[in-house]
Amino acid sequence: MLNSLKIENVQAVAGPVFSLTIAAGELLCLTGSSGSGKSLLLRAIADLDPCAGTIWFNDRKQSDTPAPLWRREVALLQAVSYWWHDRVGDHFDKPQEATPVMEALGLTREVMDWHIERMSTGERQRMSIVRLLFNRPLVLLLDEPTANLDPTTSRQVESLILDYKQRHRVPVLWVSHDLDQVKRVADRHFDIRSNQLLEVN
Amino acid sequence: MEIISLGPQELGLSALLVVLLAVISTIQQLGIGKKILIAACRTVIQLSLIGIVLKTLFETVHLLWISLIAFTMLFIAGREVMARQQRRFSGIWGFGIGTTSMFLSSFVITLLSLQLIISPTPWYTPQYAIPLLGMMLGNTMNSISLGLDQLTREVWRGKGVIEARLVMGQSWQEAILSFRKEALRTSMIPSINSMAAAGLVSLPGMMTGQILAGNSPDTAVKYQILIMFMITAGAGFGSLCAVWLGARRLFDSRHRLRLDRLHPPK
Repeated sequence: MLNSLKIENVQAVAGPVFSLTIAAGELLCLTGSSGSGKSLLLRAIADLDPCAGTIWFNDRKQSDTPAPLWRREVALLQAVSYWWHDRVGDHFDKPQEATPVMEALGLTREVMDWHIERMSTGERQRMSIVRLLFNRPLVLLLDEPTANLDPTTSRQVESLILDYKQRHRVPVLWVSHDLDQVKRVADRHFDIRSNQLLEVN
Repeated sequence: MEIISLGPQELGLSALLVVLLAVISTIQQLGIGKKILIAACRTVIQLSLIGIVLKTLFETVHLLWISLIAFTMLFIAGREVMARQQRRFSGIWGFGIGTTSMFLSSFVITLLSLQLIISPTPWYTPQYAIPLLGMMLGNTMNSISLGLDQLTREVWRGKGVIEARLVMGQSWQEAILSFRKEALRTSMIPSINSMAAAGLVSLPGMMTGQILAGNSPDTAVKYQILIMFMITAGAGFGSLCAVWLGARRLFDSRHRLRLDRLHPPK
């Protein structure tokens, strides 16, 4: 299927064996208790850990794609964001191009000139979403993107992701602990229960 | 100039100083007195033994024996590099990375200087070959173990940053570059410092030894400069090689950071 993400018998270091397909423009939410293997699955799809099974994007195998290219296309938003330069803007090739996305998340463009230490946890989380979308990814893997945000900002993140998904027709895999949020954003919802992947209706 | 020969009395006096230091450390409960004494005993035993070995070696100039000694020195240095790592590479790599790098830099540079610069006949004359190689290995060993230790410790702590860079689509080379730079800097600081301070703050050990042994200062100076350049080059090339090999080993062919290739901390 065009621009779909297909996961077949994938097992990360620990956790259940996953098989699922996410179509272009489809948002799939994944829930499950801590330690059930949600983040490990996202890491495996982003090719950060070795795993058993096969992963396709757009009928192209993960193992046949150079790893850096794969990770640019299949972008992972990690639960904790890391920054390595002193200034926020140094993490972007053309910081000014990020302004629209920043404004959509309630951030002013001045944040680009800030020292990393000046960002709060929530600002870091939102800026890492800005950084993620900056590469124009073709698949989104989101590990609790709103965990540290207040309700208003969470809604901003939700509508930004939904908007990106609609406009670019990308498959989205969203790990969440918030069932209300799942109801708001998900096209399909899967839950990991006793090491099994179950579809929730 | 006459060499003032050293007897048991003179050496005993200097030993007394070390014993005094150990006693004071023990009284002050610094917990290092015993270590000082053990290390001092090792110095006496190891140097006496190598003195005997060198004496026999100097009398029978044979390439085979010299090679045997040279490789023994290399393997001991390789083991030492491995032992000094807080988080060393598991398997053969723990020993292999340091040893290979030391072999490449120390052996090549010692060979080059024996063939082209000092040129004794035969080129492997042990009076030149063994002390030169020993000096090279000792310093390269220090640099490499500093560099590898810095690399593995910082990468262990910086896993999040490295993976965030990989996730952004950077290659392993880009993701680890700042860590490699820092590791190389750490490994080269001792050589750079000793070159910068040479003669101003202290007279380097080899030069002091030569002057005390009765050589004229200008000969000692020339040899010292030669040695320092060789040491810096050897330590530098050795660490470049070791840090690159180490960085490479931390990633697999899919540009994944593989901390499972390191031993967990002791």
